Amino acid sequence: MTFGEIEPGAGLKSALARPPADVLARIDASGLRGRGGAGFPTSLKWELAQKSKGDKKYVICNADEGEPGTFKDRVILGDFADMVFEGMTIAAVAIGARHGIVYLRAEYTYLRGHLEAVLQRRRENNLLGENICGREGFDFDIEVHMGAGSYVCGEETALIESLEGQRGEPRNRPPFPIDTGYLGNPTTVNNVETFAWAVCILAKGADWFKRLGTEKSTGHKLFSVSGDCRRPGVYDLPLGITVAELLAEVGGEDAKAVQVGGAAGQCIPRRDFQRGIAYEDIPTGGSIIVFGPGRDMLRVAKNFLEFFIDESCGQCTPCREGAPRLLEGIEMLHRGDCSMTYLDELCSLGETMQLASKCGLGQTAPSTFLSVVQNFRDEILGRTGGN
Amino acid sequence: MAKPTPTAGVSTRAPASQRSRTAEMLQHAKAMGKTIEVAIDGSPIAVPLGTSILEAAGQLGIRIPTLCYHEDLCLAGVCRVCVVEIEGQRTLQAACSYPISSPINVKTHTSKVRRARRHIIDLLLSSHVGECYTCSRNQSCELRELAAEYGVDFFRFGHVQKPRYEIDASSHAVVRDMNKCVLCRRCIRTCIDLQEVGVLEALYRGNRSKVGTFLDRPLADVVCINCGQCINRCPTGALRANDPTDEVWDAIDDPRKHVLIQTAPSPRAAIGECFGLEPGHAVTFELNTALRRCGFDRVFDTDFSADLTIIEEGVELLLRLKRALVDGDASVALPQFTSCSPGWVKYVEHFYPERLAHLSSAKSPQQMFGALLKTYYAQINELDPRDIVTVALMPCSAKKFECNRPEMCASGHKDIDYGLTTRELAKMIHEAGIDLLKLPKSGFDDPFGTATGSGVIFGATGGVMEAALRTVVELVTGLKIEKLFDHADVIPVRGFEGIRYAELPISQIGPVPELVAHLFDNWDFLKDVTLKVGVAHGTANAKRVMEDIKAGGRFSQCHFIEFMACPGGCLGGGGQPSPTSPAIRAARA
Ligand SMILES: Cc1cc2nc3c(=O)[nH]c(=O)nc-3n(C[C@H](O)[C@H](O)[C@H](O)COP(=O)(O)O)c2cc1C
Ligand code: SF4
Ligand code: SF4
Ligand code: SF4
Ligand code: FES
Repeated sequence: MTFGEIEPGAGLKSALARPPADVLARIDASGLRGRGGAGFPTSLKWELAQKSKGDKKYVICNADEGEPGTFKDRVILGDFADMVFEGMTIAAVAIGARHGIVYLRAEYTYLRGHLEAVLQRRRENNLLGENICGREGFDFDIEVHMGAGSYVCGEETALIESLEGQRGEPRNRPPFPIDTGYLGNPTTVNNVETFAWAVCILAKGADWFKRLGTEKSTGHKLFSVSGDCRRPGVYDLPLGITVAELLAEVGGEDAKAVQVGGAAGQCIPRRDFQRGIAYEDIPTGGSIIVFGPGRDMLRVAKNFLEFFIDESCGQCTPCREGAPRLLEGIEMLHRGDCSMTYLDELCSLGETMQLASKCGLGQTAPSTFLSVVQNFRDEILGRTGGN
Repeated sequence: MAKPTPTAGVSTRAPASQRSRTAEMLQHAKAMGKTIEVAIDGSPIAVPLGTSILEAAGQLGIRIPTLCYHEDLCLAGVCRVCVVEIEGQRTLQAACSYPISSPINVKTHTSKVRRARRHIIDLLLSSHVGECYTCSRNQSCELRELAAEYGVDFFRFGHVQKPRYEIDASSHAVVRDMNKCVLCRRCIRTCIDLQEVGVLEALYRGNRSKVGTFLDRPLADVVCINCGQCINRCPTGALRANDPTDEVWDAIDDPRKHVLIQTAPSPRAAIGECFGLEPGHAVTFELNTALRRCGFDRVFDTDFSADLTIIEEGVELLLRLKRALVDGDASVALPQFTSCSPGWVKYVEHFYPERLAHLSSAKSPQQMFGALLKTYYAQINELDPRDIVTVALMPCSAKKFECNRPEMCASGHKDIDYGLTTRELAKMIHEAGIDLLKLPKSGFDDPFGTATGSGVIFGATGGVMEAALRTVVELVTGLKIEKLFDHADVIPVRGFEGIRYAELPISQIGPVPELVAHLFDNWDFLKDVTLKVGVAHGTANAKRVMEDIKAGGRFSQCHFIEFMACPGGCLGGGGQPSPTSPAIRAARA
């Protein structure tokens, strides 16, 4: 993995050696985009947070890793925790923050002791705390905050609500966290992996990072691969890789479909395997789930919908009421009593959910349903309710 | 009425998700005074930075449907009925909660928008248990109106028939039928943000989410103060008052029963709204005729007992002052608090039990009237109190709770048997086929004398205070005072919108009148005393005053403070007609 090749501390040293604007410029030149899924340009987010007025600013590491089929952040936190904290410290340099928070998924509680130990060691080595690395006035510390087991709390504004001790529900946006974030202060929320890559970029330079990937999706990315393949696991691969290439790498050549981006992502049928995995084509936060030839795609869609129904926060109508209607539709398809007219109506409802839901959860909840109806029509129609 | 901004030191219990971040930004941005040019459906308009799309569209006369939005409440942006299309944006945006910060081009009724709204209404109906003809809100339901507006003529995504939740009728004031709830969360925002009581919150998540109480306990078991503000803001029939009209009809139909009704001023000012009148037309005397035609044996004016309450409270205040100033008794609970708002009384019981001694010991006008009717009135009319049924028309749902308090029967009989809200009485009049607006006028029955008229201002906020002070000043100075506040120094209290403070120097004293001669020898102890008084309405404001007292602030120096649980006082009570808005409440005054 690339992260293993980076000299510890080199990124922070490089960041402290230049003015904050240069740090931002370097990230900007690298073209780094958020590794949490949405792919928002990291330098722009940091720049907005830096420009936003406020004496207290926060750097939050989103370690909620709740997307079905992702487990790469867990590996990073286990093996490269120092690097994540170093990345957060670099972000603090860039935006002028003094406080950092890691929002750790409840299921990763077992990692907490390890993370606290790493933080403690960093404090002892003057890599956190006051006057970091001897730079006068540069104070920054990080605390770990546990999630409570909710997928939607990975959405950045719901995450902030949860941190504030409220019910984990997404906020109205705008305003965005970069000006009204944690406790109303400017806040940048980034994925675990994003911070790690920021360290690499500061250590090795923007050109080194850009040598791989595509023009709009530069660099590497970690992929969490699971499902019907011979070599599941975490892969460090360049963005832009085609689905077919990825399948060859992981031993899943005979796949019938691949779910890219987890439950919130898209279900890619075989005929689209030449498409590339990149923000401009098939975006992903890293989850790749391979479906072998024997998989029932209706069950796949059902499984994902059940997940969304369970995880919806329930505040907005399209998501709360829409997803159960789609699930009922799947059950009707299974029994063979869903008319084509109603199926069309449900697809149209799915579009409404994509357009009118308040947050990314509801906006992506219908996508598997829609892609299965579109791409596996023959397979899902004409059923009679048997197995 | 604008909600006061939380003052330093007072924590609001509102979860940030329901506090309005957008609105905070709005105020901030508007203060910067920058304007932005936008186009809505092709019409250009320049609005201050931070104005919501909904507001801007409203200025252009473009109506965008809303459901979770309410003028009195902070923004939620949850129903999504108000979505609009913004050119260049992938998703639709909720007009109510989208602050304009750049020149955008908005379209409010494209096919995407219309389809989305239609779907959203269909979805709401798919899980809404209820048939309009059996619903108390069928004439004023915002969901039904939306369905009509969007031409819903069949249940596209089905229509659930089986109730999922038990109806919670445990409270004397508020009945909750969550089967009809559309999860707009207005009640939550009302209870947490507007009233700052914090009884209701969203429980569970996804399609299992529902509005509930602490540990999902029945409403009667939690700290609900029965103010009914949540009822007034619920768009559907999910919340309603606990309705005793059947019992009232039974009493009327029973020839042995002598059924008496008293009417408070605020419902008289608002009941016309239930008969198609614009807010602000009192129908007091037509109502008297209607009540007699319904079958009530006597119709009384609560103003009568309001005068009694005021004298009681005024004299009690003088006694407390005497004990404090003459006897030097440091344990006297000052400031004295008014006790006529039963929501406020319950609020103190739950949240400031250590201050109970401050409450005036006087009964509210409703209860005083009831007690008199079951004792003195029964005696002079040679009636058995057991045959008397006392009904009170009140603007208030907490009055239902108050009349059912076990201690409210000192005579051995329940002071008041039934409390009716404005809405419920309107229903009785409709049911009796009476055309209220066409009726001849008639006066009140005269129980024991004539009222003075000070009770008329009881319903407006500051009314009790003004009347009680006038009584005090008249007793002490021997002067007749028409406009009390002409004599007072009304001092604006900064950071306390919706809260008033006044000082009233007593520069001369007169002889002790007959009425209170057994209690006071002279008024010397009041010479050159400056009476300090306060008025707060809405429990959110009340809380600020209570915290100020706790912190030893200005209000801790007060002698007398009037508190009312409802924003806008009784005119905005929880039993008044729906809908409610700042403009409607102002018109009723
Ligand atoms: C329902 C939902 C769940 C999400 N879960 C996560 C998550 O577990 N981890 C994560 O990094 N981002 C998650 N995101 C994305 C975050 O909102 C946010 O975009 C991200 O943390 C930004 O970091 P980045 O710019 O570094 O990608 C989620 C978004 C949504 C809508
Ligand atoms: S889309 Fe779903 S998860 Fe997101 S705010 Fe709406 S109900 Fe909550
Ligand atoms: S009646 Fe008042 S206190 Fe009770 S739930 Fe409704 S708003 Fe809250
Ligand atoms: S009870 Fe009424 S106000 Fe409360 S969420 Fe349900 S529909 Fe809205
Ligand atoms: S009225 Fe705007 S989202 Fe409900």
